Amino acid sequence: MTPQEILDRLSTKFAGVTDIGIEAKLDNPVDPYVKISPAHVLEIAKFLRDDEEMQFDYLSCLSGLDLKGKLGVVYNLYSMVKRHKLTLRVETPVENPAVQSVESIWKTANWHEREAFDLFGINFTGHTDLRRILLPYDWEGHPLRKDYQVPEFYNGMKVPY
Amino acid sequence: MTDTIIAPPKTSTGKSLRTEEMILNMGPQHPSTHGVLRLELVVDGEIVVEVVPHIGYLHRCFEKHCEHMTNYQQVIPYVDRLDYVCAMNNEFAYVVAAERLLKIQVPERVEYIRVIMAELQRIASHLIAVGTYGIDIGAFTPFLYCFRDREKILDLFEMTCGARLLYNYMWIGGLSHDIPTDFVPRAKEFCSYFKAQIRDFNNLLTFNEIFVKRTAHAGILPPEVAVNYACSGPMLRGSGVSWDLRRDDPYSIYNRFEWDVPVGKGERGPVGSCWDRHIVRMREMEQSVRIIEQALAQIPEGDVQSAIPKRIRPNPGEVYARTETPRGELGFYIVSDGTATPYRIKARSPGFVNLSVINEIARGGMIADLVAIIGSIDIVLGEVDR
Amino acid sequence: MEQYLTSLFGDPLWVQILMGVPPLVFILVYTLIVLYLEMKVAAHMQDRVAYMRTGWHGTLQPFADMLKLLQKEDTIPAAADKLLFIIAPYVTFSGTYAAFAALPFGSSFVGSNINIGIFYIVAISSLVVVGLLMAGWASNNKWSLFGALRSAAQIVSYEIPSAFAILGVVMVAGTMSLQELSAAQTGGITHWMILGGTLPLTKKLIAIPLMIVLFLVYYVSSMAEVNRTPFDIPEAESELVQGYNTEYSGMKFAIFYLAEYANLFLVSAIATVLFFGGWASPFASLMTGPWWSAFWFVTKGMLFVFLNIWLRWTLPRLRVDQLMYMSWKVLTPFAFACVLGLGLLLVW
Repeated sequence: MTPQEILDRLSTKFAGVTDIGIEAKLDNPVDPYVKISPAHVLEIAKFLRDDEEMQFDYLSCLSGLDLKGKLGVVYNLYSMVKRHKLTLRVETPVENPAVQSVESIWKTANWHEREAFDLFGINFTGHTDLRRILLPYDWEGHPLRKDYQVPEFYNGMKVPY
Repeated sequence: MTDTIIAPPKTSTGKSLRTEEMILNMGPQHPSTHGVLRLELVVDGEIVVEVVPHIGYLHRCFEKHCEHMTNYQQVIPYVDRLDYVCAMNNEFAYVVAAERLLKIQVPERVEYIRVIMAELQRIASHLIAVGTYGIDIGAFTPFLYCFRDREKILDLFEMTCGARLLYNYMWIGGLSHDIPTDFVPRAKEFCSYFKAQIRDFNNLLTFNEIFVKRTAHAGILPPEVAVNYACSGPMLRGSGVSWDLRRDDPYSIYNRFEWDVPVGKGERGPVGSCWDRHIVRMREMEQSVRIIEQALAQIPEGDVQSAIPKRIRPNPGEVYARTETPRGELGFYIVSDGTATPYRIKARSPGFVNLSVINEIARGGMIADLVAIIGSIDIVLGEVDR
Repeated sequence: MEQYLTSLFGDPLWVQILMGVPPLVFILVYTLIVLYLEMKVAAHMQDRVAYMRTGWHGTLQPFADMLKLLQKEDTIPAAADKLLFIIAPYVTFSGTYAAFAALPFGSSFVGSNINIGIFYIVAISSLVVVGLLMAGWASNNKWSLFGALRSAAQIVSYEIPSAFAILGVVMVAGTMSLQELSAAQTGGITHWMILGGTLPLTKKLIAIPLMIVLFLVYYVSSMAEVNRTPFDIPEAESELVQGYNTEYSGMKFAIFYLAEYANLFLVSAIATVLFFGGWASPFASLMTGPWWSAFWFVTKGMLFVFLNIWLRWTLPRLRVDQLMYMSWKVLTPFAFACVLGLGLLLVW
């Protein structure tokens, strides 16, 4: 299915839901994406995985993104059965970033979401075990944000050298 | 910068610890965890009840560094060092993603040489994987044979670009050096020499009864679980799922070659065992030799540096491109904001994702099986932690 | 030897003490040789050369290794059980060393010609298990403890098939004394136990396959007794770092090492005495005599040591439960069946 067909099917399925926030940037160079609102991620993800025509069973990558004033989460979905792909994007304000977790849909999201939480501070609601993964458990701050300042000291050790 | 959620690490998911269970630490320094990986095990005698991996000991802030580069080409040495055992494949993934973003078409010669280098590197990486797997199981000799053969491949690389492990060879739009004149005959010689070595190795280790008994019933990974956990590479193919990005999501010129995708069929024990993953790696090496021979016969002439852009300034946009490395699917998600500096580069590494499945498959087995399972996942901490 | 020393010293106490020295000297010299042999054999099997710089082709390397071990710092972990930690290696070594007393090095070189020779050896070499358990427990280290427990289970389980194999040979020979066992196999290769001993030809044809199976059972169990691959679970480097050895360094580690190699020679020597003639020459009357017999004994022992080294570098290791399975469900029934067969053969 082409991205336009996927977008149409998604829109018709969720036509009734008011704040679903489906927008699409299909002419984006190079990969087109579909933007959805952070509060409906779980429903849409379930639909994408279970629907007969779509069958997106493979979550290839889940990345955090710092969009100067907003934090984004990008999902790269593939279907091994149907051989099509889709990029979803979710944007949430930086003051209290919260996105529904898709760990219950694709188990691989467990570690990817932990990484996004670790490096960006995005809180994934519904995640079973949200804690840091790459940085030490008592690190302060979220390094991949654009306005991140490296702390002076960590546990008594000087950080920048 | 306040961090409102700092949860202490959990050692067991809420079950109260019974008195017979022991918490063991296979610490960051351990002979068989293939790098700095810490595994917290809850064991009941010899049976593993739960495995909690702790990673991040080799986190080198790759993604943050990329945002301070002045040039997309400068990222390539960093990309090499992600998975230092198969550097050519990492570079391949990155340049495929960058060229897709910049809409550059490279000359034919460059494509052929890239495929040859990537497949040679795949053989070298699998040699390390199976050699060290033998050591984990207790067979010390195959490791030396693997390294002897790997030396021949590294000699080929050194002849071409001067480096044995981390090359900085594939640039966006071309290559850093052209192959020397005696590369093709020596590579052909290597291919014909190597086929006999694979047979020897299989006789020594793969079909050895003790090895089969150790691995054929350990770490069973059902195919649905593998797909849900987004496993890729030999982990996925060992569970019977025939999925290879070179064939199913093609990039570069792989569609011009004829080769098979080996899949685990459960010849010794259930499908999806450690033995299946091992035999998939062995057979993949044979197939790589086939691809290399076909590519060597067809290399056209050309200039490898003609398409390298002088200034790299992509349009604002993003791309996610994935390639098949020896460990699985390596994907680069590049976001560009129109300047010469990348805005965001995320490396989706196969080791990171494949390792997350360890709790599912190691539960219920013994500690010795856990060692076999980690060896069969074939992780390199450089790419797990980036 | 006893008479010579008695004539020299006159005092029986001194004589007894000095009689204990030759086996010790033998163990030390042998260990240096077998260290070199292990490294070189392993290297050539792995398509590389080992030491080449220390001495001609590395012949001085074992001396260097021993010197290094001896001058290393002897660390004792702070939370370890000091007394047990210190005496554990010596207990292990004395178990092996004591067994050397009954080995027949030649037709007139035997430390102690007791008539329960093999029984004594099997009994006293079980002291090794006590030493290993002490080492694992006293190190106060979970991984060492694992190694020690596994090793104890392994050694005790594999004593059963090895004892059955020994029983079979003792039945055919009619004596437990190792010196007499070797003496019974003189007269050429056809009198060796592996080829039926001194039984008449018809009985030999049935005895030979049984003896071969018994030899294989004994050899495999002996590899498990000395903790060598494929049975080196207690020291599985890739899993337990070094097993019960983890916390040991310096002199104590050297003693453990010495004990392991001495044990290796012990079981190889027993294999030759039981099945391959001991000090008996393979040719009927050629090359016999006290010094030739010592030569044959040591050569055959070293041949089995070489075989052991060869197997170590070829095979991967068995998992603990597979090891136990093999002992109780494979080797013991086979050994039992063979002993039964041999018994019936002798009665018939």
